[in-house]
Amino acid sequence: MNPTLHGILVFLETWWVELTSGIVIVAVVPLVAGYVVLVERKLMADMQARLGPMRVGPHGLLQPIADAVKLLIKEDIIPAESDKLIFWLAPVISMVAALTSMGAIAFGPAFQVARDINIGILFVLGVSSLGFLGIILGGWASNSHYSIIGALRSTAQLVSYETAGGLAIISALLLSGTLKISGIVQAQYEQHVWFVFLAPVAAFIYLVASIAETNRAPFDLPEAESELVAGYMTEYSGFRWALYFLGEYANMIVVGSIATTLFLGGWLRPFPNWKGSGLIPEGIVDAGWDLVPAAFLGLIGVYCLYRAGKQPAKAQTWFMWAVALACFVVAALYAIPALLFAMGIGGVAGSLSVAVLPGLNGAFWFLLKVSGYIYVFMWLRFTLPRYRFDQLMHLGWYILIPLAIVNIFAVGVAMLVVANANWNHGLALTLATILGTVVTLLFAALLVRWHDRRTESASAASMAPDSYAG
Amino acid sequence: MQDDALQNNGTLLGADELVLNMGPQHPSTHGVLRVKLKLDGERVRGTECVIGYLHRGVEKIAENRTYQQFAPYVDRMDYVAAVSNGLGYCEAVEKLLNVEAPPRARVIRTILTELQRIASHLLWLGTHALDIGALTPLFYCMREREEILKIFEKYCGARLTTHAFRIGGLQYESYDGFEKDVERFCNDFERRIQEYVDLLTGNSIWISRTRNVGILNAADCIAMGASGPILRAAGVKWDLRKAQPYAAYDQYQFEIPTGTSGDTYDRYMVRIEEMRQSRLICLQAIEKIPEGAIMGKVGKVIKPPAGEIYHSIEAPKGILGYYIVSDGGTQPYRVRIRPPSFINLQALDRMVRGHLVADVVAIIGTLDIVLGEVDR
Amino acid sequence: MLDSILFYFFAGVAVTSAALMVTRRNAIHSAVFLITTLLATAGIFLQLGAEFLFIAQIILYVGGIMVLFIFVIMLVRLDVALQHIRFRMKNLVVTIVIAVLGAEAGAIIYYARKLPGQGLFIQNMAPAEKLAPNSERLAESLFSGYLLPFEIASVLLLVAMVGAVVMAKNKKRTPEES
Repeated sequence: MNPTLHGILVFLETWWVELTSGIVIVAVVPLVAGYVVLVERKLMADMQARLGPMRVGPHGLLQPIADAVKLLIKEDIIPAESDKLIFWLAPVISMVAALTSMGAIAFGPAFQVARDINIGILFVLGVSSLGFLGIILGGWASNSHYSIIGALRSTAQLVSYETAGGLAIISALLLSGTLKISGIVQAQYEQHVWFVFLAPVAAFIYLVASIAETNRAPFDLPEAESELVAGYMTEYSGFRWALYFLGEYANMIVVGSIATTLFLGGWLRPFPNWKGSGLIPEGIVDAGWDLVPAAFLGLIGVYCLYRAGKQPAKAQTWFMWAVALACFVVAALYAIPALLFAMGIGGVAGSLSVAVLPGLNGAFWFLLKVSGYIYVFMWLRFTLPRYRFDQLMHLGWYILIPLAIVNIFAVGVAMLVVANANWNHGLALTLATILGTVVTLLFAALLVRWHDRRTESASAASMAPDSYAG
Repeated sequence: MQDDALQNNGTLLGADELVLNMGPQHPSTHGVLRVKLKLDGERVRGTECVIGYLHRGVEKIAENRTYQQFAPYVDRMDYVAAVSNGLGYCEAVEKLLNVEAPPRARVIRTILTELQRIASHLLWLGTHALDIGALTPLFYCMREREEILKIFEKYCGARLTTHAFRIGGLQYESYDGFEKDVERFCNDFERRIQEYVDLLTGNSIWISRTRNVGILNAADCIAMGASGPILRAAGVKWDLRKAQPYAAYDQYQFEIPTGTSGDTYDRYMVRIEEMRQSRLICLQAIEKIPEGAIMGKVGKVIKPPAGEIYHSIEAPKGILGYYIVSDGGTQPYRVRIRPPSFINLQALDRMVRGHLVADVVAIIGTLDIVLGEVDR
Repeated sequence: MLDSILFYFFAGVAVTSAALMVTRRNAIHSAVFLITTLLATAGIFLQLGAEFLFIAQIILYVGGIMVLFIFVIMLVRLDVALQHIRFRMKNLVVTIVIAVLGAEAGAIIYYARKLPGQGLFIQNMAPAEKLAPNSERLAESLFSGYLLPFEIASVLLLVAMVGAVVMAKNKKRTPEES
């Protein structure tokens, strides 16, 4: 055989998983990000007593496609005196950083582009922080004083909260002992508990930091429309803006994935270690959990069927039936390997199901947790007002960072106590967690009290009577 | 020469007074208002408001219309609270004519004006919260405002610029079910106010954005003539509904909410409480609407005797005054309107000094100005 | 084969970016090309199996230092500063330096041809499994053998941070006092 062809075939055979995952990420994630935008609009509408997009496609489901088409065919406006190379490059950097960092994220036990790189979490963090360059360069290239200031502010905010988030992650990494993503999830499996229960303060700090890092409310001052400084995205229209926007939503998925991996058990199902403890035969528990994704999707399908009868228009009824059918099909895809495995059927089907089942289940639980995390993001966006920039920076530097540092100490001490105690492992763990959390929260209360006193005295000082007013 | 070049160009870091222009088209100036901010870094050192973008010459138009013909024009000033404008004008002309509106008309006028106060405050709350970044209260407020506007529509056919009152009384009888509608709205409303309070009042982000922001103390308020919730939030218990009662306000029990420090948070609390009090007034009023005529003894042609009158009411935004000079003819000689927003806007410069740019939007919002009134 | 392709890709990007970086007139363009050079170098680190160095290069160099560079370029008026820099001999210096470096590179390539088992294509990469995991080894040595230098470096960084904050604050106070 032709040696070049042979070489290519060998290459494909070794790397086909990584290549397909990579292609899937680059092709699918922007589409998913578009639908996350639709979910946000519908959720926002629901929380605001209205309906959201309903016209384009049934219940607005084709809205992202319509938006994408519109953005693609828009006129490409470049500001007159801007730097063309940088103007072109900035949104690209943002999007590429977000997509590349997804490469190391594991959706299931064997399900990632970069096959279990040794520095997994660090890779995701580091590459996603490359997105900041996209923001600064975008603000610069817009050639507008206010865009530059908006970009600088945004970057300052991102850098500060990344520090806080990184310190919070260190607490969780102390518990896991490794940077490898599969190692972290394995550590949560071995310790029988999700790290959110062992380091709740760190999880909360990371929640706040990740909201600030993705420029979401209540930390979205740099990109809010009602603010004076227009923000780095102003001069971008059409597809360039879409790249920024999709990069932001892809970033949301990335931070959701980091939080899920570190704090929520990654792809583990709830109670991954409980095998029945003698009451129920072991296989039944596993089989039961394996059928949960199928049951979940089946329930959604049943609900769609129920709603189908209540739609006002024929087309909408058919659409609901189609959605229900899709749910049942996916549920079947989940149920069949689970049943084959549970019933111990061998042969080709059996071995296929054994191979496929952990990945399927893992992906389901992982995506469910990431969706929950993003739901919290959206919920907070619609509920809370916006922080002013100096308040935002105060919160990051004066409260979150010291809190995260103290939390690292608390977790470390707790771990030492647990390691050296001869008590029941679970009891020691619980007590150590409670103690660590209480100490950190006390420190947090002190910090907040000090911060409030400082702000009050500062604003009282600035309100001195001005006899030359007017 | 090197230093000169640096001085002239200035670096972005060391820019010393920078004039930043907000508006007239801006999502948060609530109308066509142009504000020139003098900035020193991030701090605002002073402002200059440029108004007049919505000037329509209403006062001049008044000189060429009869008294009845002019009444729809006043709705268009504060278009958010049109009913109050109409009340002030009609009562001013009635004073000039020395005619009193019959009791039934006065009570219905009171109910509609209080509903309009609630509607105006709801719009204020929604947009103010939106400026500060809370996206949701706007939609909740609009939902409640919709109910009030439905009542207006059923009453006089219009939702916004209602021309609800006539000189001497009312033109339309209250429709069947008016009391029921108002009662249903008021019963529902307490729960809704609680929703807004839950979302905003205790929220630490809201408090840190509004506490000690835009302080206007009592002395400054009185010196500048600021009125309405701004004055009351500074601690001065002055409300024309109690001090110089008009319409049917002397028949009802209600409180005048006041604040202490005159900051944005206090103004927010005062307006929320005013909504509650308005609701109480409405509930008291609909219990007993007197029977009788709805129009007083006013001829078809209104020709007030020569003279002048100044009559002011407590509009939702402050003290709305009408100074009418009659020369004995069918058209007024001069109508001078004292718009609360115009007078209150003067205080903007005093309130934003020393604050950050991001606070300017909150402060303009808390003044609750309507450019139709400012410019007339 | 794949290793050679990757290596030449990264090396080519690094060299071209470096050349572009020093020849651009626009400072931001230079900064962007420096970023690509650093990323390519990080890629080579990764190929050599030094994954911690790879990510440290990205986080610290590109994500930290280059962001700082770009901030400075944006906030300082370079065109004004450029007007006052007059260095007349730059063409001569550049020629000499290129000649020397070119001679070195040529000598390396010439003598490397003679080394056993070497050539333009990478024959054998060190198997990844044989290398000890980077981060763990680094952590072990930092916190046991090299603890004192680590702490000294940390204190140095802390002093630098505090100093920077102090100097920035002083600058802000002076115009207000006057």
